[in-house]
Amino acid sequence: MNEVLMVSLYVFVLAIFVGFEVITKVPPLLHTPLMSGSNAISGITIVGALLSAGAGNAQLAKILGLLAVIAATINVVGGFLVTDRMLEMFKKDKDKK
Amino acid sequence: METITSLAYLLAAVLFIFGLKRLSSPKTARQGNLLAMTGMLIAIVVTLLDQSILDFTYIIIGLVIGGAIGLIAARMVEMTQMPQMVALFNGFGGVASALVAFSEYSAKSTMALGQENVIWLELFPANVSVTLVLSLLIGTVTFTGSLIAFAKLQGIMRGAPVTFPGQQWVNALILIVALGLGGFFVFDPTLMNFLMAIIVLAAILGVFSVIPIGGADMPVVISLLNSYSGLAAAATGFVLSNNMLIIAGALVGASGLILTNIMCKAMNRSLTNVLFAAVGTEGGSGTISAEERKNVTEYSAEDAAMVLDSAQSIIIVPGYGLAVAQAQHVLQELAEMFIDSGKSVRYAIHPVAGRMPGHMNVLLAEANVPYDILVEMDAINDDFQNTDVVLVIGANDVINPAARTDKDSPLYGMPILNVDKARSVMIIKRSLSPGFAGVDNRLFYDSKTMMLFGDAKKMVTELVREAKEL
Repeated sequence: MNEVLMVSLYVFVLAIFVGFEVITKVPPLLHTPLMSGSNAISGITIVGALLSAGAGNAQLAKILGLLAVIAATINVVGGFLVTDRMLEMFKKDKDKK
Repeated sequence: METITSLAYLLAAVLFIFGLKRLSSPKTARQGNLLAMTGMLIAIVVTLLDQSILDFTYIIIGLVIGGAIGLIAARMVEMTQMPQMVALFNGFGGVASALVAFSEYSAKSTMALGQENVIWLELFPANVSVTLVLSLLIGTVTFTGSLIAFAKLQGIMRGAPVTFPGQQWVNALILIVALGLGGFFVFDPTLMNFLMAIIVLAAILGVFSVIPIGGADMPVVISLLNSYSGLAAAATGFVLSNNMLIIAGALVGASGLILTNIMCKAMNRSLTNVLFAAVGTEGGSGTISAEERKNVTEYSAEDAAMVLDSAQSIIIVPGYGLAVAQAQHVLQELAEMFIDSGKSVRYAIHPVAGRMPGHMNVLLAEANVPYDILVEMDAINDDFQNTDVVLVIGANDVINPAARTDKDSPLYGMPILNVDKARSVMIIKRSLSPGFAGVDNRLFYDSKTMMLFGDAKKMVTELVREAKEL
């Protein structure tokens, strides 16, 4: 096992624990926005997609990268915007009038 | 430069965590989403400044196309369609991860073309090739599985389970073969055909594992696919040795798992049961005698409005039927009238009311229901006994007392709203037909239950009119 992998594995396991801690505290009221918001976060693959599409690779790799950029961007842009749209609707009684 | 990039990625990961943390209250939630958005923006900008990017043509094309589609989708989608949209977006996340992984393989393998096997193994050490296979596998399963979930929710495909004999064995076999091919690939990374075969097998596996799942179980499936899309991103993070991807992917993976677990508990089913039991086929069970069935008390809107008017405390139990009838807005009009006349009015929300976790809350928030009168099941269940009238609209299985008492009922053990404990119950329903689980509901025939037969929207509109005249 090389060291880079080991560190990554540590990071992965610890991040899962952080995720559990943070997300158990989200009330059922907000579970749909949580889902669409975390969905947008999973679009973080866009980072890898940008590198694949722009790193001057062979044509096939670039085209795969392009498709990945499209898919990940839909995920990121759509996910964050729709979450914002939903959260905007959640208001307390007195804010409405 | 590399240090700056790494630190920026770390900042992005921290912002994701803070963003999710702010989702713990509706007051800070919107701000939290903005934080996560900022994190994403930082990650993207820093990546674009990376020196290894030589050509921006494809990047710009991709960002423009993807951004436009995302923007339009987010603006146009109806709140009732959120489950489909999230399902579809999960799929995009999955396929993006798989594409990145394959592109990485393709780029490196072009460099090694015609070289000795040793060179290949140097380019693809075991940790890279293992995670590469996992990323392709999870990403592709998420993609095709999500497409099927989308088709079922959108009504393109029938919601009923599609099964064939030996389905689970076929699925297990596909998975084993795919993993076996992956094993060979790890020892010989020149085997590109094996990777292709893994993608095809994963695509089939995604389809086969979602088609047997019934429409009512979709909330669980979307949550699970949500988790997969995170895990696919994390696997891609391992391929690229990028810790930020790993952190973000792990957060989403954990989130999806928690939601999956909550949904399973709310239906009193195990995950294995949801995934493999193909529940949702036609046919019901009638355990209630004809004698008992006669005791239905039917009320008119006029009488019902009078009963509601004389009540002090009212709890409204909305089900998905309410959203299907588009009756949320007029219902809130009714609720506001009662609130203004000094009554206590609250909504009781069962975890599976709706088509995805928390869906009913969003639908009601859209109808301007303030979130402080949306109360979750555990917080309101003890209050039913002190409530004058419970108004049930479009809900059935989640209020069926058989879940508490009848050991033979398929609903037995499922947590329900204690509607039957209230002083009186008013149920708006088209007919006496059973709900999703196909189980008859004894509460319909109870002496304290008033049945209002008709379309939810029409009936509530009539109630509003009658109540105004009082």
